[in-house]
Amino acid sequence: MATVVLPGSLIALFPGVTRRHVVEGAATVDALISALDRDVPGLRDRLIEAGPQLRPHINVFVAGQPADLATPVAEDDTVHVIPAVSGG
Amino acid sequence: MTRVLLLVGTPKGAFIFESDEGRRDWTTRGPLCEGWPIHDLIVEPGSGAILAAGGSPWYGPAVWRSEDLGTTWTHSSAGLTYADGVDPIETVWSLATAPDGALLAGVQPAGLFRSEDRGATWSHVEGLTNHPTRSTWQPGAGGLILHSIVPHPTDADRTWIGISAVGTFETRNKGASWEPRNKGVRADFNPDPHPVTGQCVHKLVAAAGEPETLYQQNHCGVYRSEDGGANWTDLTPGLPSQFGFPMVAHPRDPATAWVIPMNGDDKGRYMPEARAAVWRTHDRGANWIRSDAGLPQHDAYLTVLREAMARDTLDPVGVSFGTETGQLWHSADGGGSWDLVTADLPAIWSVEATVLDS
Repeated sequence: MATVVLPGSLIALFPGVTRRHVVEGAATVDALISALDRDVPGLRDRLIEAGPQLRPHINVFVAGQPADLATPVAEDDTVHVIPAVSGG
Repeated sequence: MTRVLLLVGTPKGAFIFESDEGRRDWTTRGPLCEGWPIHDLIVEPGSGAILAAGGSPWYGPAVWRSEDLGTTWTHSSAGLTYADGVDPIETVWSLATAPDGALLAGVQPAGLFRSEDRGATWSHVEGLTNHPTRSTWQPGAGGLILHSIVPHPTDADRTWIGISAVGTFETRNKGASWEPRNKGVRADFNPDPHPVTGQCVHKLVAAAGEPETLYQQNHCGVYRSEDGGANWTDLTPGLPSQFGFPMVAHPRDPATAWVIPMNGDDKGRYMPEARAAVWRTHDRGANWIRSDAGLPQHDAYLTVLREAMARDTLDPVGVSFGTETGQLWHSADGGGSWDLVTADLPAIWSVEATVLDS
């Protein structure tokens, strides 16, 4: 079971949604976000644009390493979704 | 009891100002929509829902919806996307409602989307994107944006749109195909000042009660068409400048409209001589009346963007505008005199007025 940590500015868009989620059976970042979208409809659109690819200012880290949609996710990984620091 | 709302879009969220029929004292709510950049707000006829168009630099474009006058919001961008390999949509610039109840959304890069379920899901109006001139479309300073949507008031098949710096188009088959409507509109920045497309329309509006009468503030003049955009007449004589962004039309009188000229596209784009004024016509643009009562008449380096002027539907009509430097001005007498509602907002991108009777 991978643990996903979402940013506060994202969960603010979905009232009642918490920052930490446990996701089972998602082999990649793409699958993990799709699994989250089933629980939180619309969440995938906030993180992924046509391509499909991660939006330009959205960073995902799997076990602390930069990731993209194809990056594998292991059962005990922690996945952080972090908006890029934009500006000075 | 009559309530008047001014819906204001800024890069730091939406704001709602509320007053009574007198429109003298205003209360404020905001920032709304989680502080997202908001380019346009409208009220959906029938439901009374407020819709807000915008886009987050992190989380992409969305249309927000509030069923309780802005207290709580939902948002969606389901279907609000181009095909793979095409530049992604950055933000939603404009909203309108069609007479069949559909919602229309204009986006950047320029394109049109349609929702038949009150904004829950959207579908791309591909006929516009597939127009033969698409490869020639060039952005204006604000980007390649579809900023004006003018549905025909009764015929759901017909809609006019404005794109900077591409021009005006009309569909007569609900978006399946589109025709340029730019004849008579100058493009002074182009080697050929009268191209079929390439005009820099800044704001397109419809006259009340005359579906074939349209007005536009363009980069290169103010114009009127009385044949559904097929031909345009230059209304600029009498104005201090051909350049400006917003234009609004009277809710009942097709001969009355308001513009806010700027000093020119290469001179700083503020009000001429730094003296604030709104100009109005009561005779379809034949003559223009300068209105500055209450507005600052020196050192007013004010810019008003294309969506940032609105009128309500009361009598006399209330007119309001917001500046790029955060001042919101209102006139309760059709533009005769002006009062400052607030001076401390973020840059004002859009203003919409609505009247609620309860």
